[in-house]
Amino acid sequence: MPGVSTQPSIQKQEVVAMSQQPSTFKRFVEVGRVVLVNDGPSAGKLAVIVEIIDHNRALIEGPATSVPRQAFPYRHLILTPYTLAKLPRAAGSGAVKKAFEKSGVSEKWEASAWAKKLAARQVRKNSTDFDRFQVMVAKKQRRDVVRKAHFKERKASA
Amino acid sequence: MNSSAPGLLSTVNITKMARSAPISRNVGRLSRSQVAAKRGLFKGKKTAKVSPKAEVATTVEKQIGGKANGEKRVIPTQKASKFYPTEDVRVPKVSRKQAGKTKLRASITPGTVLILLAGRFAGRRVVFLKQLDSGLLLVTGPFKLNGVPLRRVSQAYVIATSTKVEIADVKVPETVNDAYFVKSKAAKATKEGEFFGEGAEKKTFPEEKKSEQKAVDAPVLAAVKKVDNLSKYLKASWGLSKGDRFHELKF
Repeated sequence: MPGVSTQPSIQKQEVVAMSQQPSTFKRFVEVGRVVLVNDGPSAGKLAVIVEIIDHNRALIEGPATSVPRQAFPYRHLILTPYTLAKLPRAAGSGAVKKAFEKSGVSEKWEASAWAKKLAARQVRKNSTDFDRFQVMVAKKQRRDVVRKAHFKERKASA
Repeated sequence: MNSSAPGLLSTVNITKMARSAPISRNVGRLSRSQVAAKRGLFKGKKTAKVSPKAEVATTVEKQIGGKANGEKRVIPTQKASKFYPTEDVRVPKVSRKQAGKTKLRASITPGTVLILLAGRFAGRRVVFLKQLDSGLLLVTGPFKLNGVPLRRVSQAYVIATSTKVEIADVKVPETVNDAYFVKSKAAKATKEGEFFGEGAEKKTFPEEKKSEQKAVDAPVLAAVKKVDNLSKYLKASWGLSKGDRFHELKF
């Protein structure tokens, strides 16, 4: 192929330059990546990628969060920013559990705004009629306080 | 075959099927509404007096002559038929089935706050007191909070919430039963009288019902007061608003 062979050096340079650029992605599908299960009976629980099966599925397990070891499609997993560093490929349940507990991921997760938002959503979903009524009353009271303070401030500044 | 059967059938034919001669057994010629139209009961109340039934003795004691005949004999007033019918006429079986008491939803227990869905008080939150013998639910507002008096409702027209009022010690008086809710029929005013404003006596709510309402409501109100916001909750009415997904709501 004469056309290609004429400028091999330029092409090579471009490839090198692209690989040196920092990736915009921060969370990768990798062994040891902590994921949030988003479907099925374990929905809402954290698990760890133990092995990558193919470009659709990974083997996941959450021994500390009672997610059984299973193949799971990526489209039903959400990557979290946490990883278990140096988790070997295809580690057994015991090793995964140890690594998970040592990393303190579940504490970090619980403290994250993301987890809090999910929990709040759950609370709202399970609220009873009386709970919703009480929220309504509390919101009214808050509005009243804000409104009064606002007009007081406006009057003082005018 | 029972000898009384043909007699019974003939009476049925005379009294009930005179206008609707049977096409076949138990099937009248006219429909129920046609019979009703022919009977013309809508034209006015029948004024015929129903005479009290005198009890007719089925047997009579008679003196019998002759020494060997025991002097007295008990004889039936109506002679038994001499003949048996040539064909057996089947008498329909009497059904002994009885409707049982309505089973309440597990979520409805005394003290449950219910949301009424139909009727004059639709959307109101009320307190369930007990199930009446008719199977209907006895509820109260309480009246002072939301204007709902002691009332009967079917559980089909109610949402049971998970909120409960502590009314374990509330005793509903025996007088508050199904009969309590039966309306007394006032004498109908004549048209002429109505025109001249006669007999337009204002209906007053009976005092004893007022006092009963108060007696039932007092402990319920006391229990409601113990929980924050609960009386406000009962005062407010319920409804769906934009964005409410009924199938996802929990009560």
